Amino acid sequence: MLAAQKRALFVQRPGRQTCVRVCAKVSKKDDEPRIVRGKCFVTKDNIDTDQIIPAEYLTLVPSKPDEYEKLGSYALIGLPDDQYTTRYVKDGQMKTEYPIIIGGQNFGCGSSREHAPVALGAAGAKVCVAESYARIFFRNCIATGELYPCETTIRLCDELQTGSEVTVDMDKNVLTDHSTGKTYQLQEIGEAGPVIDAGGIFEYARRQGMIKTV
Amino acid sequence: MSLQATMNAPCATGRVARRSVKVSAISAPPTPARSPAATGSVKRAMTMTEKILANHSDNSSVKPGDNIWTRVDKLMTHDVCGPGTFGIFQKEFGPNAQVWDNERVVIIPDHYIFTSDARANRNVDILRDVASKYNIKYFYDITDRSNFKANPDYKGVCHVALAQEGHCKPGEVLFGTDSHTCNAGAFGQFATGVGNTDAGFILGTGKLLIKAPPTMRFIMDGEMPEYLLAKDLILQIIGEISVAGATYKAMEFAGSAIEGMNMDERMTICNMVVEAGGKNGVIAPDKTTFDYVKARTQEAFEPVYSDGAASYIADYKWDVSKLEPLVAAPHSPDNRKTARECSDVKIDRVYIGSCTGGKTEDFLSAAKLFYRAKRQVKVPTYLVPATQKVWADVYTMPVPGCDGKTAAEIFEDAGCITPAAPSCAACLGGPRDTFARMNEPEVCVSTTNRNFPGRMGHKEGQIYLASPFTAAASALKGYVCDPREYM
Repeated sequence: MLAAQKRALFVQRPGRQTCVRVCAKVSKKDDEPRIVRGKCFVTKDNIDTDQIIPAEYLTLVPSKPDEYEKLGSYALIGLPDDQYTTRYVKDGQMKTEYPIIIGGQNFGCGSSREHAPVALGAAGAKVCVAESYARIFFRNCIATGELYPCETTIRLCDELQTGSEVTVDMDKNVLTDHSTGKTYQLQEIGEAGPVIDAGGIFEYARRQGMIKTV
Repeated sequence: MSLQATMNAPCATGRVARRSVKVSAISAPPTPARSPAATGSVKRAMTMTEKILANHSDNSSVKPGDNIWTRVDKLMTHDVCGPGTFGIFQKEFGPNAQVWDNERVVIIPDHYIFTSDARANRNVDILRDVASKYNIKYFYDITDRSNFKANPDYKGVCHVALAQEGHCKPGEVLFGTDSHTCNAGAFGQFATGVGNTDAGFILGTGKLLIKAPPTMRFIMDGEMPEYLLAKDLILQIIGEISVAGATYKAMEFAGSAIEGMNMDERMTICNMVVEAGGKNGVIAPDKTTFDYVKARTQEAFEPVYSDGAASYIADYKWDVSKLEPLVAAPHSPDNRKTARECSDVKIDRVYIGSCTGGKTEDFLSAAKLFYRAKRQVKVPTYLVPATQKVWADVYTMPVPGCDGKTAAEIFEDAGCITPAAPSCAACLGGPRDTFARMNEPEVCVSTTNRNFPGRMGHKEGQIYLASPFTAAASALKGYVCDPREYM
């Protein structure tokens, strides 16, 4: 079972005690199965990047650890209130209770802003399961290693309910809804899997020997 | 190949040890020996997009679906994504690394400029620091926010600035940390948006791993009616194929209507490729393109064209003389309706601006309609020229057929709000004090590119995307309005 693997980023300020900032990239160990269990948060079609992270928060720079955390607190805050009565991150909180996001078609459409998958990952999302993705968002999930973008042919957003406990097994390609016991077929994560396991394209490239360092 | 990476080794006290790294080289995975088919003795017919990518990689031929390493001619970034991009570059390549080519990186502050938001202002300062540290040749800085004209280097909206400063050239590969980078495809180049991490990678290596897209072709034939603009054509297309209709695909635009367009209009079409999910848009370069480019840069370029026998995965054709002025109604760019059928929609404001609809041609069009109508607008009409050059055109260029009047004079006569400082402004909402940001739930007709919930600020705002003609007509009517009513 994949526990909340956290990658620690070392931040040193001169003359001060070093402090560890936690960035919630997935970072899975080689021998661990690629499985996520937790509550799911259900969204519908065409969730665009303005809904995932409204433009007014883009002044936050994701490569700065404290601003990275703040981005997480605003994840999915742009969802219309009348359609989404449950907030992805509760008011006043920094992290979400829902490590699994369910989507319909064209999840992540709109802007190229990497702040979108970053905000979701920083909030504690581990995996998204949707019918289809917009290409830049899909690419950014993998490059950053913040979120597994799983695909399924089933319209899960009509089957599941926000708050249900589910398990997403990306080795067996099955999603299990523990509230009903039903299982659903997922598509293979393929080549994207190992890149996200490693924590993103740079870490993956290093491990593969693609980046030579001195 | 030795592998020494940044190792984060947590210890019992919670402190993390970190060895600094210096990247000396990037190697692409080794390519297998080339077969005759790959060495050019058997060449398949390719589309423009495939050819450009073939020219920029180690392949004589590229087909859709191929994963290839492409060389990058230019990388663009702005104030929202630039700091993060350089942050990643510094973290991954080390504090002493240099960018792959300091003349191929273009840094254009444009998104959150004229605001008192401290973080937004800090982000421009960060860009200044990195431009200095890495000796970036093209950094269009702004230091005096109170008067945009006092900043000789500042341009404005990045995609329009790229074109106006001669950075867009036929046959080249451009990446930008902005989804509307596809705008540059109007010049017959491969141009698309990427995130900070991909851009950080390009900064260090000058390359990117991408998948070659198949091409959908859209032929727009016939003579453009006087009430139709490029925006109407792209709204027609997006409404036809939906916001995901071109996902992972190239969109190639052709036909006599396209050939008859100037560069501003061609850019409007390619700009909204991303709104259909498209990876990139292309228009074959011709004399119109060459004249524009040669007037702005001395650098050489090599135009590329689709082979006659090239394969397209979809072919669409329209006779533009049969099309009508359109809008994209709330809340999706593919929610296509005729302007005519929305004539009962009362509006609260009109916005003319952005990379999509804030170029010189866009303002000339709006001005022409206002001039013919000889009336005053009924709702607040916000005008944001995309760049300093566009602003200057608005104030100095006589609008054709309008008795020598400039657009600025015509806008003033019509009662529009004074044109604002060039930037992205309210197209994407932005900090609360952004000019023309929608802070109340209002109905707006806009020449911008997206109308998802909250796009211009307020989550309950209703945005109708439209051409400059339709926007101007709607401002005069106080309702969504077909421009033919004033022509």
